[in-house]
Amino acid sequence: MDIPQNAFIAMLVVLTVLVIATIIQFLLKLKNPENDYHELYQRIMSWWWIIGLLFLFLAISTNAAIIFFAFLSFLALKEFISIVETRQTDRNAVFWLYLSIPLQYYWVASGWYGMFIIFIPVYIFLLIPVRMVLKGETEGFIKSAGVLHWSAMLTIFSISHVAYLLVLPEKNTLAGGVGLVLFLLFMTQFNDVSQYVWGKLFGKHKIIPKVSPNKTWQGFLGGMFTITLLASIVAPHLTPLSQIEGMVAGILISISGFFGDVVISSVKRDLNIKDSGNLIPGHGGILDRMDSLIYTAPIFFHYIYSLYY
Amino acid sequence: MNRFLKILFIVLIVRPLVLIILGLNIRGREKLPLTGPAVIAANHNSHLDTMVLFSLYPLSAVHKLRPVAASDYFMRNSVIAWFSQNVIGIIPIGRTGKANKDEIFSGCHEALDNDDIIIVFPEGTRGEPEQISKLKKGIFYLVKDRTDTQIVPLVTHGLGRALPRGEALLVPFNCDVAVGESLPTVNTSSELLALLNDSYSSLLKDCLTYKKIK
Repeated sequence: MDIPQNAFIAMLVVLTVLVIATIIQFLLKLKNPENDYHELYQRIMSWWWIIGLLFLFLAISTNAAIIFFAFLSFLALKEFISIVETRQTDRNAVFWLYLSIPLQYYWVASGWYGMFIIFIPVYIFLLIPVRMVLKGETEGFIKSAGVLHWSAMLTIFSISHVAYLLVLPEKNTLAGGVGLVLFLLFMTQFNDVSQYVWGKLFGKHKIIPKVSPNKTWQGFLGGMFTITLLASIVAPHLTPLSQIEGMVAGILISISGFFGDVVISSVKRDLNIKDSGNLIPGHGGILDRMDSLIYTAPIFFHYIYSLYY
Repeated sequence: MNRFLKILFIVLIVRPLVLIILGLNIRGREKLPLTGPAVIAANHNSHLDTMVLFSLYPLSAVHKLRPVAASDYFMRNSVIAWFSQNVIGIIPIGRTGKANKDEIFSGCHEALDNDDIIIVFPEGTRGEPEQISKLKKGIFYLVKDRTDTQIVPLVTHGLGRALPRGEALLVPFNCDVAVGESLPTVNTSSELLALLNDSYSSLLKDCLTYKKIK
């Protein structure tokens, strides 16, 4: 597909940042050979893979990118359903959840907004307990129905909002759907990073120590300030949003990204595990990487949708 | 066993199945024995156990992996027998208990003498999903007189959810694999089984999917 000019520039900027990070990592290793930079190396190599694959599929075509996001949903659902408690009798209902992924992304690819927006919250919501009832095991029924539907909402419904950005009508022809996706992904990830950096530098007052002892008000507000500023500058180039609207988008992404992160942290705390998997070397599982996105994607999507579509 | 067929089977079926449809959380991969003679003593929940082990090895070494499998099941008809022997490369073993020990293990010893890595499931059967059944003593008698062979304990978890015994529908789940330290030499079968049991329970605690099944 033809990548619109601004989206192409944004991709180049991201790749440049990655090249710089790789060089810094290399220099650090050269300068302090006694230190162990293995994890940093793994993290950066994994970023090359993630960004490389994302850009590749975005560059091939809209449908290729939609399939890519569907595959991410598959990996995320699999990871989630593997760490939470499920009953042996739920296997069939879980299988139905997997089947709902190609359907949900088919609605995305065909631009059928009405179906895309109600399929998981209405039809799958009603259907999961039906499949469970047909199996007939009532012990643990309520909990399983809840867990299964929540997992579909987090990993299929939320993530598919990223893909739907690609099929929205073009309002900023210099950026297109790719611009929206890049804006959302970049702001979400950079929010994680800047909340972490601000927290490391000035962190003092903890927000929810029981869930995440590293999350501080200083980190949260510093990250929000950074992202709001950055979003107001970048939004007019990559999205239909004006500067002021871009600021609001930054605030929304920052707040929702924070909550996505701590919600998935709570899940892991509840299960007594540190990472949700080890698919991505240096990062953990796919949910560890997509936690913030699960919250930012629908929030950002509906913000621009209500303003421009 | 046909080395080419085994590699083909692993590249086209086993690896896509295990690494994409399933997905592994691996602990202690570096402890896997890459050269024989060695015995991997794994727990058994699913036919996928063997597939997972195959996927962990480099293609240059997969022909060395020989699962010890019940002849009454894996040799039950000529098609399955051909596949088990030529593609999987099983070492068939009788579980009726009628033959004497030397005879039962002759195939295993032959493989170990050939520097193979044999896979043994000391539970003897797949049993209930995600539960370790009582271990059988055979593994002790297999290595008793061999000073060259170490036993490496290995635990898989979650495969009994993906494809439990008696089910045809495979449902994708991430699964855990944890490899333990090789076991020290002991003099009695009960000591060996106790060590193995201990190793299994501590390895299970490393599994992300452990204790999540009702």
